[in-house]
Amino acid sequence: MYQSDTICAIATSLNSSGIGIIRVSGEESINIVDSIFRGKNKLADCDTHTIQYGHIVSNSEVVDEVLVMIMRGPRSYTTEDTIEIDCHGGVLILKKVLKLLLDAGARIAEPGEFTKRAFLNGRIDLSEAESIMDLISSNSELAMKNSIKQLSGSLNKIIVDLRDKILYETAFIESALDDPEHYDLSNYPDELKIKVEDMISSVDDLIKSFDSGHILKEGINTLILGKPNAGKSSLLNTLSRRERAIVTVIPGTTRDTLEEQITINGISLNIIDTAGIRQTDDIVEKIGVDKAIDSIEDADLILFVLDSSRPLDTDDEFIIDKIKDKKVIILLNKSDLDTVINEVNICKKYDKPVISFSSVSMDGLNTLESTITDMFFSGEVKTDDTLYITNSRQASCLSNAKNSLMNVIASIDNMMPEDFFSIDLMDAYNFLGEITGETIDDDLANKIFSEFCMGK
Amino acid sequence: MSVVEESYDVVVIGAGHAGCEAALAAARMGLNTICFTVSMDSVALMPCNPNIGGSSKGHLVRELDALGGQMGINIDHTFIQSKMLNSSKGPAVHSLRAQADKSAYSLRMRKTMQDTDNLTLRQAEVTDLIVNNGKVEGVKTLSGAIYHAKAVIICTGTYLRARCLYGDVIEHTGPNGLKAANHLTASLTDNNVEMNRFKTGTPARIDSRSIDYSKMEIQLGDTPVVPFSFSTNPDDVQIEQVPCYLTYTNEKTHEIIRANLDRSPMYSGVIEGTGPRYCPSIEDKVVRFADKNRHQLFVEPEGLNTNEMYIGGMSSSMPEDVQYAMYHTVPGLENCKIVRNAYAIEYDCINATQLKASLEFKNIDGLFAAGQFNGSSGYEEAAAQGLVAGINAALKLLGKEPMILDRSNSYIGVLIDDLVTKETKEPYRMMTSRAEYRLLLRQDNADIRLSKIGYEVGLLSKERYEHVVEKERLINEEVARVKEINIGARKEVQELLESYGSIPLSNGIKLVDLIRRPELDYDKLAPIDPERPSLSNEVREEVNIYIKYEGYLTRQEKQVKQFKKLEKKLIPSDIDYDDVSSLRIEARQKLTKLRPANIGQASRISGVSPADISVLLVYLETYKNK
Repeated sequence: MYQSDTICAIATSLNSSGIGIIRVSGEESINIVDSIFRGKNKLADCDTHTIQYGHIVSNSEVVDEVLVMIMRGPRSYTTEDTIEIDCHGGVLILKKVLKLLLDAGARIAEPGEFTKRAFLNGRIDLSEAESIMDLISSNSELAMKNSIKQLSGSLNKIIVDLRDKILYETAFIESALDDPEHYDLSNYPDELKIKVEDMISSVDDLIKSFDSGHILKEGINTLILGKPNAGKSSLLNTLSRRERAIVTVIPGTTRDTLEEQITINGISLNIIDTAGIRQTDDIVEKIGVDKAIDSIEDADLILFVLDSSRPLDTDDEFIIDKIKDKKVIILLNKSDLDTVINEVNICKKYDKPVISFSSVSMDGLNTLESTITDMFFSGEVKTDDTLYITNSRQASCLSNAKNSLMNVIASIDNMMPEDFFSIDLMDAYNFLGEITGETIDDDLANKIFSEFCMGK
Repeated sequence: MSVVEESYDVVVIGAGHAGCEAALAAARMGLNTICFTVSMDSVALMPCNPNIGGSSKGHLVRELDALGGQMGINIDHTFIQSKMLNSSKGPAVHSLRAQADKSAYSLRMRKTMQDTDNLTLRQAEVTDLIVNNGKVEGVKTLSGAIYHAKAVIICTGTYLRARCLYGDVIEHTGPNGLKAANHLTASLTDNNVEMNRFKTGTPARIDSRSIDYSKMEIQLGDTPVVPFSFSTNPDDVQIEQVPCYLTYTNEKTHEIIRANLDRSPMYSGVIEGTGPRYCPSIEDKVVRFADKNRHQLFVEPEGLNTNEMYIGGMSSSMPEDVQYAMYHTVPGLENCKIVRNAYAIEYDCINATQLKASLEFKNIDGLFAAGQFNGSSGYEEAAAQGLVAGINAALKLLGKEPMILDRSNSYIGVLIDDLVTKETKEPYRMMTSRAEYRLLLRQDNADIRLSKIGYEVGLLSKERYEHVVEKERLINEEVARVKEINIGARKEVQELLESYGSIPLSNGIKLVDLIRRPELDYDKLAPIDPERPSLSNEVREEVNIYIKYEGYLTRQEKQVKQFKKLEKKLIPSDIDYDDVSSLRIEARQKLTKLRPANIGQASRISGVSPADISVLLVYLETYKNK
């Protein structure tokens, strides 16, 4: 929404290894990159449209060896000062560099935002306007859906509680400012300091959980489907190479979904194991089955496991019908046993890649991995980039919220007047609100009126 | 039948705080102006609390004064006690509040009006607007007289279809038993103006002789007194002040209220209007804040020529006998005699989103509105709007662009933007927390922020404006000088620091860093800054604030820069939001209804998301090129 703040984003595909480009655009882009770049010269002193060699550093530690291209406005795509950083260290490093930029004051770009800026600055043909508007509105809805999807109920609650605490303290300060004869702030700064330190540690916990990837569910959403005892959990274990799902020969053991993140040839997959799908009267099992069917919609890729030692039945047909419009790899499991299903027949019937597979002998594992890799690089299977954007934005909101709360502590320590505290408290409140997608309304005034008795 | 027919440039309906400022501004800008009041004895009446100013309201008065309004000067001549609130807090929330001698305030304002050229004050009830082809052409009064005008400003306050209530007593009058204005609403709805109904209330007035002040805490004014108006010589306001008193309600009071709730028209459902949450009646306080076992009450004189005392904190619409019973439970009021009952008042007002930021109606050319009629509350909020409406009516007739104050230059801008952008569901009161750039919008620098505008519209004298220009120059020069100064660890420096309990220096330090220490300030360090020029109080105060809070001030200045970019992106008034297909439906409806003037205003409408704003920006770009 702010027109001239500085935005950044990873401009290349997230999952391919090797070189990746980060683009930064806006008034402060040169200064921001300068603050994390060590080269022969300061970028601010370099000519426009030149490439500089150097390193991205964090606390004087080298993060990556990079080439940096400087394009001063208006001679750039967005017509703003623009920097492109060519990184060489792969996806993780790319993300780290991006995070350094965010910490240095850039903001993660919204989907289509570079193009939007180019357009608003008169750079692109008007005929593109309509599609840009559609892109913005559809992407923002998708991003909103993502951000809600990603916040588990408990996480959402932590943020909501935290915001409520912040709002309460601010409302108290403001009530005392509006009605100083009713509310007294003596000794309050000491109390507030303890409360804010508490808030900071909550935010820290959130940041940690983001960093450790408990919340980050990036990568290709890959669903393992099949009827009970087809060997879905064994497949998950084989792929992740450790025992995680409980593998038994009793059908219906996996009653909930299990998730695992793995990397195949640099492509990250978020693998979800589901309960076996079959007609059942067992209420608990039915919940698992319904959940498995529900998750089909969000899957980028489905690994459909068939037990090749048993003939196809109505449960298999039911599943095949549900996934006919999705990207699917059919795995004929238990190839080590006597097979009754023929690979060629299945292939003809369903027009999906079919791989013979054994989680006991590991036969077919390499074929599966190369099939997934091919599908990714051919663009047949895509990850959802807006998810990554949402994640980065949420992470930077958290760190901004933390900084604002640290400012409150600094103001208390410097014995600043109380009215300064509310400015940083409200900043923290708004940053946290961006994570949960709250819009700013008259929250503070409402809180003041509802919690504190004011007036004549 | 022949009727009186007269012609004016500007008609102002109402002579309350909004009407007086509007009429004075228009007349002083050279327009022939007539101001109607239902009673010549109620000009600039203060029917509720006997104060001017208070937190954030003091800011409004200062700003109004810097623009050339009257309220600040009027209260400087008629106050009987004055305090700077929040003086121990940051400079942004310092706020002046004065107790007024109500009748003196009213009389002096009437005299000022009557002494002003081009201004006629007239007692009559305006009953009809004359509107033709979407353009206002004058008004009609109860007698049938017609007053032609090119602009009309509605400042009817709480008088439109007013009714006052306590217990089961309902009086169809305005405040203080004054005549209500019962006809104008119909004329407004005929012209498709959307009306609201709000309520507010006031406490009882008590005979001072029946109060035992020994059971209350005395509250004295400040010495020295700081005047409201930048034009008032501080020496002229050092008067002998009268005391106020503080007492409390208790559980007994609350029991009586709870036992009689069914007799309150608020709770029995007789009152339809929406009341303000920030100014609750004592019944509301007892119900909503049930865990509080006492509430503060401020006992304040209504003037020097009356023995009435205002019981701040205890407004009510309870029946008379309950009022007696509950006031009698309060320490010091055990034997009190009521002079005027507490009551609630209901009145018609408008949804102010029908107005532009100039306070002119979007759909009726030349019709302006200000004050409580716009859904605000408070004398200061009313006066500020009155001034803006008066100035803009005059500018319009003079063929000039309207004066639009915004959120980055004034509380008045915040007030008006909130009123015309957000659909207010209750009487709107100013608060410092509503001003997002409040560190920049201080009461001490209102003159620096706004004098230029006041001078350019023609209300502020050249002399006053030049004084401000000079003040600003001296501030900038001194800030620049101080920033260059380094202080060594000399013996006199160490001694001075020690005397203020400040840590002595181990090395040299910049003077600004010493000023920023919490225990020190600009003035305290004068002895170790021998080159310092002799400067006035007001200049030294600004220098100190600029240096001490520079970090925060720069931060807000940066935010203001961003804010202004969006405010400058104007939205053409003939835009058809149905053409912008990518807007979400809710946003499209809100934008169509409110018709914001610029992207900044659009972004503050609830229900319009940042993505909608982006879409709108792109659309405007194509629109511009069509």
